[in-house]
Amino acid sequence: MGQTDGSETEGRADRDGASDTEGKQDVPEVPVPADDTPEVLNKALSGLSSRWKNWWVRGILTLAMISFFFFIIYLGPMVLMMIVLCVQIKCFHEIITIGYSVYHSYHLPWFRTLSWYFLLCVNYFFYGETVTDYFFTLVQREEPLRILSKYHRFISFALYLTGFCMFVLSLVKKHYRLQFYMFGWTHVTLLIIVTQSHLIIHNLFEGMIWFIVPISCVICNDIMAYMFGFFFGRTPLIKLSPKKTWEGFIGGFFATILFGILLSYVMAGYRYFVCPVEFNNDSNSFTVYCEPSELFQLQYYVLPSVLQSATGWTTVRLYPFQIHSIALSSFASIMGPFGGFFASGFKRAFKIKDFANTIPGHGGIMDRFDCQYLMATFVNVYIASFIRGPNPSKVIQQLLALRLDQQLHIFNSLKAHLIEKGLLPAVEEAA
Amino acid sequence: MIETRPKGFVTSPAQDERRRGGEKKPDGDDRLGLVGDAEGECEGDTKANTPDVPPSADNTPEYLNKALEGLSSRWRNWWIRGILSLTMISGFFLIIYLGPVMLIIVVMSVQIKCFQEIITIGYRVYHSYELPWFRTLSWYFLICVNYFFYGETVADYFGALVQREEPLQFLVRYHRFISFALYLAGFCMFVLSLVKKHYRLQFYMFAWTHVTLLIVVTQSHLVIQNLFEGMIWFIVPISIVICNDIMAYLFGFFFGRTPLIKLSPKKTWEGFIGGFFSTVVFSFIFAYLLSQYQYFVCPVEYNSETNRFAVECQPPDLFIQQEYTLPAVVENTIGQKTVHLYPFQIHSVALSSFASLIGPFGGFFASGFKRAFKIKDFADTIPGHGGIMDRFDCQYLMATFTHVYIASFIRGPNPSKVLQQLLVLQPEQQLSIFNTLRSHLRERGILPPAVLEAQ
Repeated sequence: MGQTDGSETEGRADRDGASDTEGKQDVPEVPVPADDTPEVLNKALSGLSSRWKNWWVRGILTLAMISFFFFIIYLGPMVLMMIVLCVQIKCFHEIITIGYSVYHSYHLPWFRTLSWYFLLCVNYFFYGETVTDYFFTLVQREEPLRILSKYHRFISFALYLTGFCMFVLSLVKKHYRLQFYMFGWTHVTLLIIVTQSHLIIHNLFEGMIWFIVPISCVICNDIMAYMFGFFFGRTPLIKLSPKKTWEGFIGGFFATILFGILLSYVMAGYRYFVCPVEFNNDSNSFTVYCEPSELFQLQYYVLPSVLQSATGWTTVRLYPFQIHSIALSSFASIMGPFGGFFASGFKRAFKIKDFANTIPGHGGIMDRFDCQYLMATFVNVYIASFIRGPNPSKVIQQLLALRLDQQLHIFNSLKAHLIEKGLLPAVEEAA
Repeated sequence: MIETRPKGFVTSPAQDERRRGGEKKPDGDDRLGLVGDAEGECEGDTKANTPDVPPSADNTPEYLNKALEGLSSRWRNWWIRGILSLTMISGFFLIIYLGPVMLIIVVMSVQIKCFQEIITIGYRVYHSYELPWFRTLSWYFLICVNYFFYGETVADYFGALVQREEPLQFLVRYHRFISFALYLAGFCMFVLSLVKKHYRLQFYMFAWTHVTLLIVVTQSHLVIQNLFEGMIWFIVPISIVICNDIMAYLFGFFFGRTPLIKLSPKKTWEGFIGGFFSTVVFSFIFAYLLSQYQYFVCPVEYNSETNRFAVECQPPDLFIQQEYTLPAVVENTIGQKTVHLYPFQIHSVALSSFASLIGPFGGFFASGFKRAFKIKDFADTIPGHGGIMDRFDCQYLMATFTHVYIASFIRGPNPSKVLQQLLVLQPEQQLSIFNTLRSHLRERGILPPAVLEAQ
């Protein structure tokens, strides 16, 4: 979330999170953020007081990050996937590094290797599933890819098992507990980070709008809650993050919904954002070209009478997607902060101020992305439940893998179903 | 797996008393006072005063004790473990006889007990009995994850039943959303339950719960999915692991000389190799015996009319005897040219190799875990053997392997699941898939060619 909310409370009598003594806890204190800013910024802002300087540094970096976001959207799906992958690797690295410093396990044999190996295995597994789904034709064409895809689960499992066996063989007499802790830490990190980054990529393939709008809603909620809290904040929200206020929370909620509706309206007009990303076998590149689905075609909605009298309009033209965006932004405003609280609690528990020092004024990559993870899962579940059914090409693929008698059985069931629905002429049955 | 307690490694209660009396260090020191463990725990274990697990003989029922009082301690231990082993194996056969529903219920119970054992260990290690909400939250997450997995299974296998009942249809259609909402509720409860002085403990327990769920619940569901493939895919892997345990123990007992791994000093290479070969032979024979019965071989199906499970079918190719020509080497020794085998027996060799070679790593993992947290057994449920987890620690890798093996080499996707997905698609998509399928089947000659149908 936006604020470094732990900053004031870290220095005080900190018995939080440790019923055990912290004697050996030598995590070096994270230096005050101003020390990380590049010299150019320091010079430009040397005249201002510390509080405003901090504000300006954060503001400038925020704008820089947002511009970068727009830039990579412009560059297309391929670059987006790469960026997601890089962010994932960096987040994993940050959390594992925290684990190392908490447990003093730098000197453990094998452990860095094993953590990165597991990251590779899990990524291989997930990317393999994605590639098989979306690049079906390409995979069928190339022989080595076909074999890799057919036995994908087996290969992934074998790779994972190798890592597991290496872990067991690497257990050293004096360090059992540490090693199990790091093993558990690695797995939980993988569970949180890698699965969700893959859900983000799945969302991306549905259409770039499903990637952009949720992320933008979360960013907007961050910024708006910060602004509202800054200007109007009075009532604290939760003891865990003393800088969050109810005014910021509620103001952020309404501002985000409004922002979501406007942003969806702007984006739903462009095919580039709305069409599912497809891999074109002939040109071997990604294309976003299609007939926009119903979700992205303007429709007339009759306003409820309350709004009618207020605005004087009877009907309004909206994209159905804008209605969905209200659901997405509500989730971002209400549940997103819980992800932030979770990260705050985590930082309190392990006595760290920020996950890392990567971004001046903001901390590490994880600090920026902690709210995004719940959002990515929600969007994916939302799409699966309310927007679309299973992926047709995946269904065909599974169909063709069945035995022939099973295929025939399904063929007949499908035919009966289609005839019932009137999509097939019944006359064909009689022939 | 059967693991005879490494007598040298866990101090007896008397020794512990001496140590504990002498070195009451207030921080970072381990509760059993064993030397050389200061590096093992930098955090979190100071006040963990887990009581020592008493020696196993104390748990045996009285009548067993009476019956065996004449024997020396070593043989007595052996007899207790032997009797309990036989009891457990008979119990296993009994529930197989009782049918698939019973098996599912037993798997479910074992899963809950394993979860409870591991969580209890976590509580003891982190002294977190007094944490608010935490028991509730752990069990709540268990229910959520089980709901998610059972929902996926039920939707697949009970397709017809689900289509009939209206509330079930709703639950199935929005299943993922409902599961996710339930999980989120638990997540929010966790965040709201964070108490100022206990952050780190709470995060530890949260992670402990999730890793336990990952290990225990996912694998128990893979066991159930294997079961639905055919009871033989459930029985044979489990029997193979049990056999490997017992055979490795026996070979080690009688011939053991060279230690296998420092982690489990009682394991020997002789036991390992002897166990490997005897398990392969056992599985070969056992697979032959079971492949003949439809009860074991047929996929478990839910019959919507009678509302029960049925195992009746035309046995798949895998379970029909075929002739294999022996390689020349074996021909000369046996004198037979061909041999009648079920193809499944070949697969059983793969399964038993895995169980003997990789399965023990699951046991070593559990040993390391017990060493790391200074516990002798996971719990005291079974006299002579420890807790349920002690018996099932090798089974988990096996269940996943069997599932992956089936998915990769035996069968394709589940037909009813594919049909279900088909029916959910948009009509135009259904039509296009229909046409693709029709031309595919025509190509294969299953359907009459187009020219006939057009008339």
